[in-house]
Amino acid sequence: MEGMSIIVKKIVQLISALIFVFGMYSAIHGHINPGGGFAGGVLLSGAFILLIIAYGLDYFKLKQQTEATSIFESLSILIALLIAFSGLFAGSLYFFNNYLPAGTPGSLISGGLIPIYNVLIGVKVAATLSTIFFALIIYKEEIRR
Amino acid sequence: MTLYILCFILFLVGVYGVLTRRNLIKIVISLTIMEFSVFLMLVLVGYISGGLAPIVVHPEGSDISVVDPLPQTLVLTAAVIAVATNSMVLALAIRLYKKYGTFDIRKINELKG
Amino acid sequence: MENLLIIILVLMIIAALAAIHAKDLISAVIAQGFVGYGLVICFFLLKAPELALVQIVLETVTLIIILAVIYDSSMKEIGEPIGKRDIVTYSLSFVLVALFLYYFNKAIVGLNPFGEHTLRMSEMYVKEVLELTGSANLVKGVLWDFRGLDTLGEATVLFTAAMSVLVILRISGKKHQLTKK
Repeated sequence: MEGMSIIVKKIVQLISALIFVFGMYSAIHGHINPGGGFAGGVLLSGAFILLIIAYGLDYFKLKQQTEATSIFESLSILIALLIAFSGLFAGSLYFFNNYLPAGTPGSLISGGLIPIYNVLIGVKVAATLSTIFFALIIYKEEIRR
Repeated sequence: MTLYILCFILFLVGVYGVLTRRNLIKIVISLTIMEFSVFLMLVLVGYISGGLAPIVVHPEGSDISVVDPLPQTLVLTAAVIAVATNSMVLALAIRLYKKYGTFDIRKINELKG
Repeated sequence: MENLLIIILVLMIIAALAAIHAKDLISAVIAQGFVGYGLVICFFLLKAPELALVQIVLETVTLIIILAVIYDSSMKEIGEPIGKRDIVTYSLSFVLVALFLYYFNKAIVGLNPFGEHTLRMSEMYVKEVLELTGSANLVKGVLWDFRGLDTLGEATVLFTAAMSVLVILRISGKKHQLTKK
């Protein structure tokens, strides 16, 4: 797959950064706004996909990127599991124990552990969708050569 | 009741597509349509007329009625899974295309071996 | 409100039939996109902004993935001369569809009419999420506190799907490279 024209490249440079920032905002503010980890993660992977479609495959070293995304995917869910297990040692003994203080609802630092889980699942969804898309594109490119 | 029956008709369109089409991509599209109708059905059942979106803006006035948050939670996780599993089916489809040179499942069945 | 939803649903059904009967795959994909974005509008009207936000991005990603799959294959729909086998298939599917519709009409009696849902189980969720978790977004409170194990299972399915895509597509790619050299 080859890149597109210079106009598309310039506009994508500007827009994909905005999409990326909106994805991060949506993941961090998930407990007070509509959005959250799933929407934020899909937006982040959408920014990557937009860049790859505009710039073509040769611009990126996609094989290394696929390894990096699968590492991120495994690591984020592992950290989420460890945080969920840590509820067993703090306070009352059950899984997914939300032991941080609840705070005032509506402010950014509230909801105990929920913002942390939101950010982690955002990283996981972004890494998963990017992995799937990269694998498909690399396969198509390899059988073409 | 009309809405529920229309939603189920959308599901049946997907069933009809899966049963009668021979193109693998068309089968994936039909599966996607079935998934959409199931999501819509869950959210339709949880709707309360006059209810607000389940986000509390003023914690003091807690007697405002909101729509049921539980079906929305279930659909939120299911929607992301649906895309991942659909792309797995698509990956199988392009492997079959590489081997047999066609998306036609009947021809693939004949060429087997 | 209800009439608007009925109009959108009828349009979605027509678009789904168009997607199934389209002559080439690009128009089928576009018609499927119509169904997905109609679903987004339905979610907005049904007071589910989170689902609308997720669905509008996921639909775009799905369209891109399907287009990447059919990118340089034959885009034509398989020509179908209707033979004996097709007649059996069509009649069987129509019988199955009629049977499903009949039993759905029987099963729907237990549901509340549209808009008159009673919060049976989630009454506790709605009342206590704000005190127990402090999350203003009730959906996120249910998702990550009361039903955290469900979400963990969802993450497992997502992980399995990504790994199986890698297994299906990558290993042969490496072998292909080796045999070429």
